[in-house]
Amino acid sequence: MPAEGRPACGGNNSTTQRFERINMTEEKTKETEPTYIVSSSPHAHSGDSVQRIMLDVIIALIPALAVAIYFFRMDAVKLVSVCVVSCVITELVCRKLMKRDAGVMDFSAIITGLLLAFNLPPSLPLWMAVVGSVIAIGIAKQVFGGLGYNPFNPALIGRVALLISFPAAMTTWYAPFDSTTSATALGTLKEQGVYGFDDAMALNYFTGNMNGCIGEVSAAALLLGGAYLLMRKVITWHIPVSYLGTVALIAGIMWLINDDFNMPPHFHLLAGGVMLGAIFMATDMVTSPVTRKGMLIFGIGCGVLTMLIRKWGGYPEGVSFAILLMNAVAPLINRATKPRVFGVKKA
Amino acid sequence: MKIENAQFRVDGGIHPVYNKHLAKDNAIQAMPLPSLLRVSMSQHLGAPAKPVVAKGDTVLRGQIIGEPAGFISAAVHAPTSGTVKAIVQAPTATGQSVAAVEIEPDCEDKWRDDIKGNPNWESLEVKELIDLVSDAGVAGMGGAGFPTHVKLSPPPNKTIDTLIINGAECEPYLTADNRLMIEQAENIWTGCRIIMKILGAQTVRVAIEDNKPEAIEAMEMAMASTEGNVAIVKLKTEYPQGAEKQQIFAITGKEVPSAGLPMDVGAVVENVGTTLAVWDAVVNGKPLTERVTSVTGTPVSKPGNIRNRIGTSYGDLIEFCGGTEGDTAKIISGGPMMGFAQSSLEVTTTKTTSGLLLLPPKLVTNYSSTPCISCGRCVDGCPMYLMPCELSQMIEAEDYSAAREINLMDCIECGCCAFQCPAHRPLVQHMRQGKGQVMIMMREEKEKEAEKTKD
Repeated sequence: MPAEGRPACGGNNSTTQRFERINMTEEKTKETEPTYIVSSSPHAHSGDSVQRIMLDVIIALIPALAVAIYFFRMDAVKLVSVCVVSCVITELVCRKLMKRDAGVMDFSAIITGLLLAFNLPPSLPLWMAVVGSVIAIGIAKQVFGGLGYNPFNPALIGRVALLISFPAAMTTWYAPFDSTTSATALGTLKEQGVYGFDDAMALNYFTGNMNGCIGEVSAAALLLGGAYLLMRKVITWHIPVSYLGTVALIAGIMWLINDDFNMPPHFHLLAGGVMLGAIFMATDMVTSPVTRKGMLIFGIGCGVLTMLIRKWGGYPEGVSFAILLMNAVAPLINRATKPRVFGVKKA
Repeated sequence: MKIENAQFRVDGGIHPVYNKHLAKDNAIQAMPLPSLLRVSMSQHLGAPAKPVVAKGDTVLRGQIIGEPAGFISAAVHAPTSGTVKAIVQAPTATGQSVAAVEIEPDCEDKWRDDIKGNPNWESLEVKELIDLVSDAGVAGMGGAGFPTHVKLSPPPNKTIDTLIINGAECEPYLTADNRLMIEQAENIWTGCRIIMKILGAQTVRVAIEDNKPEAIEAMEMAMASTEGNVAIVKLKTEYPQGAEKQQIFAITGKEVPSAGLPMDVGAVVENVGTTLAVWDAVVNGKPLTERVTSVTGTPVSKPGNIRNRIGTSYGDLIEFCGGTEGDTAKIISGGPMMGFAQSSLEVTTTKTTSGLLLLPPKLVTNYSSTPCISCGRCVDGCPMYLMPCELSQMIEAEDYSAAREINLMDCIECGCCAFQCPAHRPLVQHMRQGKGQVMIMMREEKEKEAEKTKD
């Protein structure tokens, strides 16, 4: 230790100012020794967190949830509650079994529960919803290591597992405020071919007054949620726009070629789960590419696959399969669209 | 002389909270000599200087106390006159333990006798000018502290056409360069003309972020009467506009090649503080013995821009600024984005200490990092167009050659990725760890290569 508290020089411009070294004598050090946090740079942060992102997604899902409850009443309330609760419980149990910290606090299990419920028909037996939730969280997410490691969108895996296991229950629909069962818009198209689609119907489809999974019916509510996500910069426009754009483009071309066999493009945007898929499912960060260019390719791929399945596939709707297939190639898309590094010439 | 906007824009970058208002209007204050100066022999990257004084020696200000060791090294001079109390091992801002010379000032502050200025520097040869800069121990005062005379002596096969004076000061909080430009624009400009002459550069651009209108105005006045291809370039306020490669691109549209140097695209970038030190070295013949450090952050009672002797302890600097009010959770040498957190106030200033930043507990949260959710914000923010998320995962898996393959070594450690990461992943730490491992790999490869050629 250097010599203690020798008066400092007056300095060039200060005759009165005198100060002593602080914390230099040993006793002083002992008394006041403060501890400072030492960590790697940067020492500033945007303040963003995974939790906040997930919370924003939940907030963005509220309009669609409200519409679901409005149209499907207690069925929607029950489905959503059962899915959310079973997803959260499954997550807790899995984390406990794997001896990892709880993980529920990142809210992602709640989102999976909400999205899975949104992808189910209103009359589905509740025990099936539980099965779907356990598959979504247990098999599609936690088996891979939890949030961040899952290659496929958990809610979609849950839905597809149910669709394959319980095809009848998963394709039984009723219209809002109506207890008789009837097919969905896309189901009708598949079974009976093209039908008249006027502006009044389009408006019903837009607001959500149609048959379908409880959270997919209202394009208006989903778009509102999407706008919120864009505003909060949780998602970028790339995936929803390229997905919906591709669907509209392909539908439009087919419709222009032959409108006896094809429905107009706005039908394809409003019917089925493409709005829910493009805004909330395909944009799932974990399972979609990280580069902007990759996101565009991803969205286009989803759109093409969706239309292929709708037009020529065995199922009336192809959104779930399209997104899951594109999830599988997301890492490859990342690799292929790796940005050119600054100062490195294009090969 | 004209003022223009930057013509090019690097993708990426971030907009942190700047908090420059804390100190930007506070004129530079000269700090009286403290009771002890501890001058580290490690003033910059590369080998530390060798101490050439012994305990009990009396020294005069400007006398050499540390001789450069090797080519990429600069001399260290006594910051005041006094007695050498001891040669000790002392911690540097980056946490190494390096030899340091402790000087007890005699309060005379007497300069070495042979100091003589060169007011007619224009008549000097380039070689003489470089020697003056070298003898004065001038090193880059913006960050890494690269010895300036080395930067000013490009190999003969490289022509330098553009000199960029970096007054961006893109680090949040720091305001020292801003004050230097406002208060000493004339001298900075003279320093710039000296460097122009040394390099034979025809084009000069003074780069300043547009959040420093007073600095732009002052530099404009100083440069007004100069003929030729000189201009002030207004950069959009965005971090990291002050990073060398990004700044060269914003101004010239040329990308410094991977693993290359600015001279590869005919450019040299000098910080405004360094330019001022060149002026002082040549025109006044004075070695670099002091610098301006921003002492700032909300816990500092009277934040300011303090002219202090090299070797002043952080504790003394804070004391001079009225001490602290409220709790301090972190002390950073430099700015919040690239500065080094300190555990002790015993560390002393060097030629590169641009700031001393104190952060209150509410700005220092302990985060635990969670797995990457592939949000892509780090990719959007990276000004080198890297994929920090992938690099970090490769480094976590200790797959260093894969990380090297996707250009880990191009990382400039600016911290944009970690700033943006919602999972609070220690991305910059990962990059440093990975770069260290790749360096070892490269050294081993070189050794193998050398052995092969021997056979």
